[in-house]
Amino acid sequence: MANDILTVEGLKAYYQMNYFGVEREVRAVDDVTMRVKANEIYGIAGESSSGKTSFIKVLAAAIRPPFRIVDGSVTYRFNGTPIDVAHAGEDEIAKIRWKHLSYIMQGSMSVLNPVRRVHSAFKDFAFRPMGLKREAFWEAVEAHLARLHLEPGVLRAYPHELSGGMRQRVTIALATVCQPEFIIADEPTTALDVVVQKDVLAMIREVQQALGSSVVFVTHDMSVHANITDRLAIVYAGRIVEEAPTRTIFTAARHPYTRHLVASLPRIGDTSPKPSLEGRPPSLAEPPAGCRFHPRCPIAIERCRKEVPVLEERPGGHRVACFRADEALSPAKVLHVEESLS
Amino acid sequence: MSASPLLDVRDVSKVFTMGGVLSRKQIKAVNEVSFALSAKKPEIFTIIGESGSGKTTLARMILGSEVPTSGELLFEGKDIAARRGAERLAFMARVQPIFQNPFEAFNPLKRVDRYLASTARRFLNARTEAEMEGPMDEALQHVGLSLREVKGRFPHELSGGQLQRTAIARALISKPSVIVADEPVSMVDASLRMAIVNLFKRLRNELGVTIIYITHDLATAYYISDRIIIMQKGHVVEMGPARPILEAPQHPYSQLLKRSVLSFDGAGGGRITRSGREEVDTSAEALIKGRLKPAGDGRLVRVG
Ligand SMILES: Nc1ncnc2c1ncn2[C@@H]1O[C@H](COP(=O)(O)OP(=O)(O)OP(=O)(O)O)[C@@H](O)[C@H]1O
Ligand code: SF4
Ligand SMILES: [Mg+2]
Repeated sequence: MANDILTVEGLKAYYQMNYFGVEREVRAVDDVTMRVKANEIYGIAGESSSGKTSFIKVLAAAIRPPFRIVDGSVTYRFNGTPIDVAHAGEDEIAKIRWKHLSYIMQGSMSVLNPVRRVHSAFKDFAFRPMGLKREAFWEAVEAHLARLHLEPGVLRAYPHELSGGMRQRVTIALATVCQPEFIIADEPTTALDVVVQKDVLAMIREVQQALGSSVVFVTHDMSVHANITDRLAIVYAGRIVEEAPTRTIFTAARHPYTRHLVASLPRIGDTSPKPSLEGRPPSLAEPPAGCRFHPRCPIAIERCRKEVPVLEERPGGHRVACFRADEALSPAKVLHVEESLS
Repeated sequence: MSASPLLDVRDVSKVFTMGGVLSRKQIKAVNEVSFALSAKKPEIFTIIGESGSGKTTLARMILGSEVPTSGELLFEGKDIAARRGAERLAFMARVQPIFQNPFEAFNPLKRVDRYLASTARRFLNARTEAEMEGPMDEALQHVGLSLREVKGRFPHELSGGQLQRTAIARALISKPSVIVADEPVSMVDASLRMAIVNLFKRLRNELGVTIIYITHDLATAYYISDRIIIMQKGHVVEMGPARPILEAPQHPYSQLLKRSVLSFDGAGGGRITRSGREEVDTSAEALIKGRLKPAGDGRLVRVG
């Protein structure tokens, strides 16, 4: 569609390893098709090791062996010119990085060089794309830091001298200071306290709205998704199992896994036992046949063990991959309360 | 005098010096913090606060891996910082940390049971396989696992929940009285988060372990804590019984904290707004001037 800034088609990206002559393949991203529109925040939720970070590493064109793209395309349209980062060369990608496309990595140490002060990272990444005179540049950087509640003093610090939360905000500042059109953020607020988290989320939303840019926002934290995303995809074992406008996910989810996620949310003032899913997330090296959720799904039927449900389009921009998505389910059936731990 | 508390934190402060030769700056990471944990009444003692408010620094001082600039920390009446050699090892056995992120805490190429075995060797002086395996299995049973389930497994073969439970089991091997958990749930999803905090409750109730739970998550703090301290810029601003404080916080910063918790109502509007932090006096001056005063219901609130 015309206003899609990113189109992902049939993407497969695997970790292909060779341990002492034994081939192992971890299918972290397995047949993902989705698009991101201009001017929206697209959320990705899912439990640990469901492949969220792997997926957006592909989006950010930041993959290294043994991680490889096996199939599919990842096409951006900046200024109308398409570029498929799944197949583009390193120099083509370098042209769009930071200026058009920026990536806030999980674990904020990664872009900060431990033996250099914070200001050198800003100089390296942002000085040229911003095209400002020296003085104006540092003024702009300091003003931007202030939006994230960071004092100019952090520029003189070494990364290890900052707390985890401060480092995380520094990385966000780095990724947003050039005001890129597309921002990919992986758990950017996970180590922050709730006050700073709220301000950082509001700041990301403000920057996004002011520029009309797009954000792909990954976090396991559903309360963050509830407050910042426009659309939300739920990922399970390397696949999107449900995607819809965020409100629909919270009020009218159809996939049993999504329903579980929404039902298990804790709230202040609530001391009632909360459900937790039995079993463990499947190994992506040997994912279960059929629907990957079937070993943990409380309503699985015979068919789920054999056939793979496709991500089917429904009215209201809603896609679901479940054979039983149309059935009216009582919440009790969808949830498994793990008695042993409560 | 009655028996000394299990842990007695007395007017503890920690100052870091940061920056270069020309711009040397002192950061008071922790400021005159005091509290005591009773030996008779195991509890879940929660520390909540601003990012960079000194929670981790305080935890590191409790574990003896950071020495306070002033004040003292006594464990069973004896200064933690003064313990050396065998005495320090004995102390470490009694006060155990657990790691923040289960996926990063374990080396992907090392079998999970090796961690447990090395802890058993270190603290229990276990030498033979049999000497090690008994306590390992016992610790794993406490967290709902068994040695049979984890033996020979690599981290990627266990789920996040199993890994985090294994990390907690490792901490239990030396039969500690205190577990210091610095943000043990910040990286995990809601479902796993609840499983872990439920486990903390059980350790307190069944094994009598006191848990120092450091978190940003007010909902789980409410769910499991007995007492709570709320920290801002290295200062305690409010402390006391957890539920009354979280239901009706009195210090402006605690109130701001509660207001800032993201709600699920109206999900999908994308209408996130700023916290309004600027309207609250969060200056260091206000904190330094203030004193902790009793507020009647067992809590202390910092007032100017
Ligand atoms: N080794 C160090 N050298 C210099 N400064 C430090 C050091 N460790 C911590 N600090 C400073 O001490 C303060 C408190 O840091 P600490 O990590 O204890 O906070 P925290 O409450 O755990 O934060 P967060 O929730 O963000 O992890 C910060 O201002 C930090 O910059
Ligand atoms: S397809 Fe079957 S197993 Fe998969 S979520 Fe639906 S009901 Fe459950
Ligand atoms: Mg910390």
